[in-house]
Amino acid sequence: MGGVQLTQVTVKHLWKEFGNQVVLENVNLHVGDHEFVTIVGASGCGKTTFLKMLLGVESPSRGQFLIDGQTLPSEPGPDRGIVFQRYSLFPHLTVLENLLLGLELRGAPLLARLFGARRREALAKAHPLLEAVGLAAAADKYPAQLSGGMQQRLSIAQSVICEPKILLLDEPFGALDPGITADMHTLILKLWNMHKMTIFMVTHDLKESFDLGTRLLVFDKVRVDPQSPEAFGATITFNIPLKGHRDTV
Amino acid sequence: MRRLINQRPGRGGALLLSMLPFILVICVYLYHSQARLAENPGDKLLPAPQTIAATIHRFAFEEDERSGDYLWWTDTWASLERLLTALAISALIGLLLGVAIGVLPYLRAAISPFVAALSLIPPLAILPILFIAVGLGELAKVILIIIGVAPVIIRDLAMRSAELPNEQIIKAQTLGASTWQLVVRVVLPQLWPRLIDALRLTLGSAWLFLIAAEAIASTEGLGYRIFLVRRYLAMDVILPYVAWITLLAFAMDWLLKTLRAKAFAWAGSN
Repeated sequence: MGGVQLTQVTVKHLWKEFGNQVVLENVNLHVGDHEFVTIVGASGCGKTTFLKMLLGVESPSRGQFLIDGQTLPSEPGPDRGIVFQRYSLFPHLTVLENLLLGLELRGAPLLARLFGARRREALAKAHPLLEAVGLAAAADKYPAQLSGGMQQRLSIAQSVICEPKILLLDEPFGALDPGITADMHTLILKLWNMHKMTIFMVTHDLKESFDLGTRLLVFDKVRVDPQSPEAFGATITFNIPLKGHRDTV
Repeated sequence: MRRLINQRPGRGGALLLSMLPFILVICVYLYHSQARLAENPGDKLLPAPQTIAATIHRFAFEEDERSGDYLWWTDTWASLERLLTALAISALIGLLLGVAIGVLPYLRAAISPFVAALSLIPPLAILPILFIAVGLGELAKVILIIIGVAPVIIRDLAMRSAELPNEQIIKAQTLGASTWQLVVRVVLPQLWPRLIDALRLTLGSAWLFLIAAEAIASTEGLGYRIFLVRRYLAMDVILPYVAWITLLAFAMDWLLKTLRAKAFAWAGSN
């Protein structure tokens, strides 16, 4: 699936400032294709800001943010999927409709709905994925009727069906019961290997970040001025290659 | 004994309790009506039930001598036509502008303060302007209701669409949604139940503006009739008309509520 698409993410001398407050300073990074990058760091150290820049919601103050050599667009787009901790499902659509939405948006610019043969084609694509995330039995339910874990599985599937080059996960399992998290890990690794995309995942769970990633990034402040804590920003203090769970097939 | 806040009536008890104030009011009315009529059989202020019934029969089921109409129904139809036309137009304007203001920052900057200012104009204060500008016909009455109701709906829907979680809006964009697609698949469908809520809330003021406009310049309509017969102290007409208006308003509210529950099950009860 997805064909041959080698995705390279390059960050050069990236700075992000809000007024006087420096959030990120001099971030440099290169991430190759089909990597699973996990990002950890204390709260307020810019890891979410970094993810938002990747997403296109925030733009860099200085420096370059490149995907495949191209400057990152300044708005979200279909090449970068996102799963937030909460609220990223559409409450007025059933599970199946939520999953189909991406295909419908892409296939029908005006009505954003598919009919007839094209709808059957979309359904043929959606059903195996629904099966894979274990939501086939809940296809006609509304998000409010799902448990937290089911909602996150759907949100992941919803992004994956669009075959993004990059999938961004913002503490996707942070609000779930610990018991469910293991299943979620298996699922995300399966989808990652099936679709060969690059994943960036922000987490506060250190064990999770070591378990899942092929690369671990630690965001932290190198310099701290006690008189004005906002004067210095965080940067990537550790960039650790990990074994990961890449299928070698 | 349990606290008062934890004591709840059963189904039958709740029904009985809900009827109680109505029964009480009717009893008080009947008592005073009888007392006044015993003193002066010609009293017009609190007519007896049979007088009211006779009047309703005359208005609803007998042709009017002068016009040949069944006044009750021609009045009802005239008023409902004005009210429903105005509400439909207000809903349409509210939905279009509300979504546009809520979704498009440029449009929000341009017209949101204007709408806010507009909604603060007391509509009745510009009724004379309407009468001068568009005459005393149907148009003036419909426009009065629209001016009173539409800004409220616009502001409410703009707030509701701005309230949609930002995560949803971003997610839709990562699924490839254009602005137009975002509006038709994400924003609008979630605003339908909100529109119904807004309509229900503005129903009361819509009736107020309708009756005010009819009282001043009209030849038929529920409000017109009430103000017409006031000259003859015809409480036997006014009272059933008021009850009828209340019933109509209640029915419309109930219909909207039921529609919301049936058509938008995903939205919950509120």
